[in-house]
Amino acid sequence: MELKEFVTLFAEQFDDTPADAFSASTDYKALDEWGSLVALSVISMVDEEFEKRITGADIKKCTTIEELYNLVLSK
Amino acid sequence: MSHISVKNIKLCGMAGCVPSRVEENRDYALISPEEIEKYIAATGVVRRHCAIHDGSICTSDLCQKAAEKLLEDINWKKEEIDLLVFVSHTTDYKLPATAIVLQDKMGLPTSCLAFDITLGCSGFLVGLGVMSNLMASGCFRKGLLMVGNTQSEYASPEDRSMKLLLGDAGTVTAIEYAPEGGDEINISYMSDGSGREFVILPDGGSRNPVNEKSFIMEDCGNGIRRTRLHEKMIGDEVFSYGTFYIPRVYNEMAEKFNINPDDVDFLLLHQANKFLCEKLRKKLKFPPEKVPYNIQEFGNTSGATIPLLMVTNLKDELKNRPLNLLAATIGVGFSLGVAQIKTTGNIHVSELQMI
Repeated sequence: MELKEFVTLFAEQFDDTPADAFSASTDYKALDEWGSLVALSVISMVDEEFEKRITGADIKKCTTIEELYNLVLSK
Repeated sequence: MSHISVKNIKLCGMAGCVPSRVEENRDYALISPEEIEKYIAATGVVRRHCAIHDGSICTSDLCQKAAEKLLEDINWKKEEIDLLVFVSHTTDYKLPATAIVLQDKMGLPTSCLAFDITLGCSGFLVGLGVMSNLMASGCFRKGLLMVGNTQSEYASPEDRSMKLLLGDAGTVTAIEYAPEGGDEINISYMSDGSGREFVILPDGGSRNPVNEKSFIMEDCGNGIRRTRLHEKMIGDEVFSYGTFYIPRVYNEMAEKFNINPDDVDFLLLHQANKFLCEKLRKKLKFPPEKVPYNIQEFGNTSGATIPLLMVTNLKDELKNRPLNLLAATIGVGFSLGVAQIKTTGNIHVSELQMI
C-alpha cells in the first residue's frame, strides 16, 4: 500500500476532523479529536489492511502519519 | 497454540452470585458527566455489583452461595463430590488454597481433590479444560468448577479506567462424568507472558514485596492516579493483542474442529469492554442476536464473565435444547482461550444469587 492510501485510511478513523487536515507529515497526536478510542481504531485498521499488529506503544513512539506508516511496513 | 478435545463429561448446572451492593458509574465524582457518558458509551458499563472490601464478602463467599443453591437445585449430594477447582486472583489467603477452605466450609468430603488456579479473565476456559480432562477418564465423577473475582478491590478510586470497569462475581459449574451422551468440549489456548506488564498488580508478591513506596499514589497521566498495590491495565495493549490473536486462534480452531459459524448458536465473549467485544464480534462475523452482553449491569467480572453471561442470558436455552456455543477470552498474562462447547441440553441454571 502507498503512503497516500495509508493517510486516507488513517483519516477515515476520525469522525469530526476533515480529510484535508491529514497529510503524511501530520502530527496525529496533536489533532483535537485524537484520543484513546481513535488510537484503537487505528490499531484495528492496520490489522485489517496489513494483517499486522501494532501496539499502543508503537503509536506513542511515532509522531507523523508517515513515521507510523514506515513502522507498519517494517513489522 | 495448544488444543484439547474432551467428551465423556456433562455440564449439569450453573449458578452465579454477585454482591447486592451496586456502584452506578453516573455517580462517579472525579470526572464530568459528559466524560462519564463517553466512558459508558465506549465500555458499555452502566453499573457494577461490588463488595465492600473489608473481608466480609470474598470471591469464595460468592462462589459458595452460588454452589449451595445449585447443589440444592440439581439434587447433588455433597458426599459424592470428588473434585473442586477454584479459579481466581482474589483468594481468601495467600495460603492455604481457597478451594481447600471451601471444602471444609461447605462440608465436602475430605476425599475430594481441591485446588486453586490463579488466573483472571481466561479462568473459566482454563478451569473447564483442566477439569474436563481430569474427569474424562472417570477418575472423578462429580466436580465443581468455581470461577470468580472480587477484583474491584484492586481498582484505584482515582483510576477511572479500572474503577468504572471492574465488577465482582462468583460462579459455579457442576460437571459430571458421562461416558455416554456427554457434551463435547474443544478448547485452544495461548499463553504469552510478554504481555505481563500490561495487566498487573505490581507489588505484594514475592518479586516486589510490599514496602513503604507501595502505598504512594503515583500520577500516571490523564488524571489517573494509583499505587503499586492497585491493578494497572494498559487498555490499548490488551485491545491490540486480543483483536489480533482471538480471530486467528478461532480460525485455526474452526478448521481443526470443523466449526461452521452458521451452526453456532451463541458466541460468548469475555465481557472486557463493549468496544473490544464489538470489534471481535465483527471480525468473527457474528450477528448481534448471537452475541449476548451483560456488561452494562455487571461490568468486567474477570473469569466470571462467561459463566455469568450463561446464567443471566441463556438460562432457558441451556435447559431446553442442545447448544453449539463458542467462547473467547483474553486475560491477564496474557492468557487466551477460545472454546467450542457443544451441550446435550438439560443444563439447569439457578436464579442469580446476591449477598
